[in-house]
Amino acid sequence: MKKNSNTPVSPLLPKRRSISGNLVTILMVVILYAVVCYLLYTGRASRQMSNMLVSISCYIVLAVSLNLVVGLLGELSLGHAGFMSVGLFTGCLVSLATVDILPLPVRMPLSMIVGGLSAAVVGLIVGLPALRLKGDYLAIVTLGCGEIIKTVITNLDVTGGAKGLNTTPIYGNSKTLLPYGIVLVFLVIIVMMNLKNSRHGRAIMAIRDNRIAAESNGVDVTYYKLMVFILAAFFAGMAGTLYGHSLSNNKAATFDYNMSIEILVLVVLGGMGSIRGSIIATIILRALPEVLRVDWVSDYRMLAYSVLLILIMLLNASPKFADLKGRWSIGNLMYVLGNQKKKKEAASRD
Amino acid sequence: MIDLKQPVKRIPDSPLVPYPSRSLVPERDISSMPVLETQHLGIDFGGLTAVDDFTITVGATEICGLIGPNGAGKTTVFNLLTNVYQPTRGNIMVNGFSTAGKSTHQVSRMGIARTFQNIRLYNNLSVIDNVKVGMHNMMKENLWAAITHGFGYGKAERQANETALEFLDFFGLADLASAPAGSLPYGAQRRLEIVRALASSPRILLLDEPAAGMNPSETQELMENIRRIRDTFHIAVMLIEHDMSLVMGICEGICVLNYGKVIAKGTPDDIKSNPVVIEAYLGKKGGKGDA
Repeated sequence: MKKNSNTPVSPLLPKRRSISGNLVTILMVVILYAVVCYLLYTGRASRQMSNMLVSISCYIVLAVSLNLVVGLLGELSLGHAGFMSVGLFTGCLVSLATVDILPLPVRMPLSMIVGGLSAAVVGLIVGLPALRLKGDYLAIVTLGCGEIIKTVITNLDVTGGAKGLNTTPIYGNSKTLLPYGIVLVFLVIIVMMNLKNSRHGRAIMAIRDNRIAAESNGVDVTYYKLMVFILAAFFAGMAGTLYGHSLSNNKAATFDYNMSIEILVLVVLGGMGSIRGSIIATIILRALPEVLRVDWVSDYRMLAYSVLLILIMLLNASPKFADLKGRWSIGNLMYVLGNQKKKKEAASRD
Repeated sequence: MIDLKQPVKRIPDSPLVPYPSRSLVPERDISSMPVLETQHLGIDFGGLTAVDDFTITVGATEICGLIGPNGAGKTTVFNLLTNVYQPTRGNIMVNGFSTAGKSTHQVSRMGIARTFQNIRLYNNLSVIDNVKVGMHNMMKENLWAAITHGFGYGKAERQANETALEFLDFFGLADLASAPAGSLPYGAQRRLEIVRALASSPRILLLDEPAAGMNPSETQELMENIRRIRDTFHIAVMLIEHDMSLVMGICEGICVLNYGKVIAKGTPDDIKSNPVVIEAYLGKKGGKGDA
């Protein structure tokens, strides 16, 4: 099609803004990881901090992938920890079986992909019956599925049963595992960002906003719901495999609905559909319980955590705070500075 | 794709003549396949028969109206045509293909686009993204391209952007392209819904009460727009409407429903003077409650 000069290109077109918004997120993650890597590999990081790094990376992946379901598709899923544990146990079993044959740089990606794929298959199985449901009903079905997964894994012999799977042979410390965590975090962020700005992402968000209209626009709702479930489960499974490698013993009972809700809290706190929000919320909420271990609050640690959670929620919902945030955002500061510069130039010209 | 900048050749009005299936279509469309044909369409909800024996033929460039008192089953007919409800009886042919057993999104691909009585926009998406969702099946962009932003993604998105802007410009919405659809004023939301439906390049456009809540000058503009859509895209338009000035002004064929049954079909002049229609709307002369 010939570009028509008569077509009014609106000054409000979102093109540049959305790109720079994504760039800010990526830059933020790059800087954070650069600082963390510097501290970790020069030995300046405390033991407490370095122990958290892989777990936080895993939680970022979990939160961003759950955001795909909750934020973009608009369906409440409470079974994310279940998908994670499926990935964790299959991935770790593959890793355990190949620990003597394959070196870590081959074994780790392989087991992560196998873990992700197995979780995706479970996501498909859970997704199929859940497709007919929406809202609260779907949430309860996913909750039930998560519990079923937990119970099945606890009763299997291969996964070590209630005693848990002994993963000491494949255990890796932060220094060895962090690179995989970084790659995984970037993978999930980029996939999510790209998907959001594409035909498929728009179709998913259209289903969230109005399912009936989306159907009549030719969007295959069943296909996209399944796709989102499978994709989210895939990333949860990969994160699970990585998480399993950072512990020396994994019990299925850890991955119950409490953990699913914990991930959901990260998504809701960071803002539905916001990738950057999920990342920031994960870092704050995962680090907070550790930071609060200082002497005088340590007794009230979980209490303080809960109160902070409530405060952040209230602030997030307050329009006044949103106004304040807008006024002090980087974008607005740049805008104000730019305007002042222009004013000065205009004044000097006069 | 049709060049929207070209001056539009007005499609002349032509008298209604019977199509072989004995329904009336405009004379100019008699040689081409009717875009929509239904035979004895009906649906029951439990014991209630909502629509019964609904038979119409819509010509390829016809503007036709579906009118009737409240609760007559007009919107149910639209829901049947788009397979939101599966019909209990009868069949629907779109461009000669039966839609039986198809799902709503498949019917949309066959060339039916619709708007809704109560506006159903994607409120959190921008105006242009709403149109791009309408173009969903027009875009060649697979999942792999979407995730990697390679493999022809850029080209597909650029084209989609340009086409969407042209569509918006056609309806005077281009300046609002990046605003969230939910923030638009009512009239613009109605227009956007039509743009979104048109973006899927349908063969027939179903409009469910497009003039609801509009003042007379807006209705006049809407009438012009509906004609312009038909003349530019060479598609059929079928509309449900209570505003008789609009229906009588632009429709070539009109079908009147009451209690789920077709009570009259014909040109606007036939309908205006049809005693059965007048009775359905105003009640029987000398009947109960008549002074």
